[in-house]
Amino acid sequence: MRTELEEIFKRHAHAKRDSLIPILQEIQDKMGYLSEEAVVSVGQHLNIATSKIYGVATFYNQFRFEPKGKNHVMVCRGTACHVLGSQTVLEAIENKLKIKAGQTSRDGLFSIEVVACIGACGLAPVLNINGNFHAKVTVEKIDEIIESYRNKEE
Amino acid sequence: MNINIEVNNKLIQAKKGETILTALNREGIHVPTLCYMKDLMPTGACRMCVVEVEKKPNLITACSYPVEEGMKIKTNSPRVVHSRKTIIELLLSNHPDDCLYCERNGNCELQKLSEQYNIRERRISGKKNKYRVDQSSASIFRDPAKCILCGRCIRVCEEIEKVTAIDFVGRGSKTIINSAFNKGLNVSSCVNCGQCIMACPTGALHEISHIDRVEAALNNPEKMVVIQHAPSISVSIAEEFGLKPGADINGVMNAALRKIGFSKVFDTSFSADLTIMEESSELIHRITNNGVLPMFTSCCPGWIKYVEEFRPEFIKNLSTCKSPQQMLGAVIKSYYAEQEKINPENIFSVSIMPCTAKKFECSREEMTNNGIADIDAVLTTRELVKLIKAYGIDINNIEPELADNPLGTRSSAGKIFGNTGGVMEAALRTAYFKLTGEELINYKIDAVRGEESRKEAKIQIGKLEIGVAVVSGLAAADKLLTEIENGRKDIHFIEVMTCPGGCIAGGGQPITHDVKRIKSRIKSLYDIDKTDSIKASHQNPYIKEIYENYLGEPLSHKSHELLHTHYSKRDVLK
Repeated sequence: MRTELEEIFKRHAHAKRDSLIPILQEIQDKMGYLSEEAVVSVGQHLNIATSKIYGVATFYNQFRFEPKGKNHVMVCRGTACHVLGSQTVLEAIENKLKIKAGQTSRDGLFSIEVVACIGACGLAPVLNINGNFHAKVTVEKIDEIIESYRNKEE
Repeated sequence: MNINIEVNNKLIQAKKGETILTALNREGIHVPTLCYMKDLMPTGACRMCVVEVEKKPNLITACSYPVEEGMKIKTNSPRVVHSRKTIIELLLSNHPDDCLYCERNGNCELQKLSEQYNIRERRISGKKNKYRVDQSSASIFRDPAKCILCGRCIRVCEEIEKVTAIDFVGRGSKTIINSAFNKGLNVSSCVNCGQCIMACPTGALHEISHIDRVEAALNNPEKMVVIQHAPSISVSIAEEFGLKPGADINGVMNAALRKIGFSKVFDTSFSADLTIMEESSELIHRITNNGVLPMFTSCCPGWIKYVEEFRPEFIKNLSTCKSPQQMLGAVIKSYYAEQEKINPENIFSVSIMPCTAKKFECSREEMTNNGIADIDAVLTTRELVKLIKAYGIDINNIEPELADNPLGTRSSAGKIFGNTGGVMEAALRTAYFKLTGEELINYKIDAVRGEESRKEAKIQIGKLEIGVAVVSGLAAADKLLTEIENGRKDIHFIEVMTCPGGCIAGGGQPITHDVKRIKSRIKSLYDIDKTDSIKASHQNPYIKEIYENYLGEPLSHKSHELLHTHYSKRDVLK
């Protein structure tokens, strides 16, 4: 992890605070999430307090602070999906997995991410799990969808 | 004064570049504010200070908008008042309805505004926040449910103290103020100074209370409960009892503390004298033996934690002296206990401090002797006021009393510790005597007095010229550290206080933004110094006695054991 971070910092050798977001994005691309260690070292590199970086990072939905699960559930919360009930779908998934958006289940099998629009409005409300689209999802279908991924693991 | 503006149909003059609010305040025109704080970067976040300006389509925030030639401003138009009212109603919509149980009941800016704008019903009802309180810190309690997100605590922490332990976390209606990774203040870089508490308009921030443990000890017949009060307390509490701000009610306070049930009342200014004896000797020792210079004072626990966290390379520059609170704590449970033949384990030692960081300090493991804590509980000035009120003591109708000896007599040098520059002035008076064998002709050292965040002076002591600096506010201190890092060598002794202005404006003091009150406290301490007969620590007869009977001399083995300590690098989320 240390070497990966150092590589990123090398690319941003004389960076100032305006490079914060690109650096965080690169870290997340590389490691899948922003660990505490990563945030602290970004702070040392850019001379910004950790609390400030955490403040900036939590402002954006794109950053996560836990590693992704084996099955990464992206819930579309774009306008079309919203109109067709994606909020209740999201709540059903959160209840099913007993985690909130942005979190990863304790067994590491599932994580949830809320995204603004996947660009598949015709399929609304839509989920994307590990790259697979699930169209016209309803609360009733959630159990079946999630279990199908869980069963794949076994 | 080169711009003319019209306010409420009256012509006033303003300076180019200043904000509307600054110009209005100078003219005595009141505009309500919430997120605004003098000397800090304006954010215009709360929009309480909106005014209507002719030819501008939207209302504008007076705190952040610069004056323009010919502006026509209305500060109380129906549109402005309506807007302010709505803002207050929205702030109240998700605010807990527990004013009666709130720490800040009666001294809350939100409550005051709501009263001022005559808000008498809940027109807008929002979802209440259910955030966990953060009581992880030894000093500071945070309740995010009561937070109105004005951001004043964040700005004080960043701009004045350069600690930046907290920031806005999250977005929109889910925003809260928290430390990094929501981990709690105890593992953050927070130095416990409590300036955030002083900045907070509501009850979202207050000290971790020690009143319960003090009352438990008072009701425990096996405990002898003694109390000490810091130099700044006697000039800070008068205003809370309706007396003149800054009035010195030292004697009355002694009497009140005895009425509450404390068996002995000691004065921390006595141990401030003791600190000066040790610290000035340490300084002379460092100067004459090529020791590490410059030397920094170590009275302020916020500053100590800051160095341990952010500037560990300067730990060797910190004086090894404990703070006056801890020195007196150590002396009570050794010298005094032996003299009175009391088992130190049966003493419960309380201190009253203008400070929240002292609560943290007393819990440090270094601050113990044979496993017994030097100090058992720390009350802030605010908690003392509560205690006096809870015991029904009428401050206006008690006779002043003296503190208890041998730990209750002080010099006025020990008393001025409460002001920024006070420790320096006291140390110089004694250092002068130690180096030359003569007393200063003029005890008053003007160069180190005043409220500026940094003062510097060159002091001639015999053949020796000592460079001294006094800073208050950790941002100012950090700047000086950087200069020293870059090679400045002309300063030998530096006093640092975390709170701007020193302890008289500490994080445990009565909450006020009235600069006049702070000034009156400063003046009051210097007035005491003017009239007192013992003006230097080494002249205090009880200081002479404790060295003769117990400690030997400054920096002796016994002194080191009881009065000195060490510091170490701290790993925190910073």
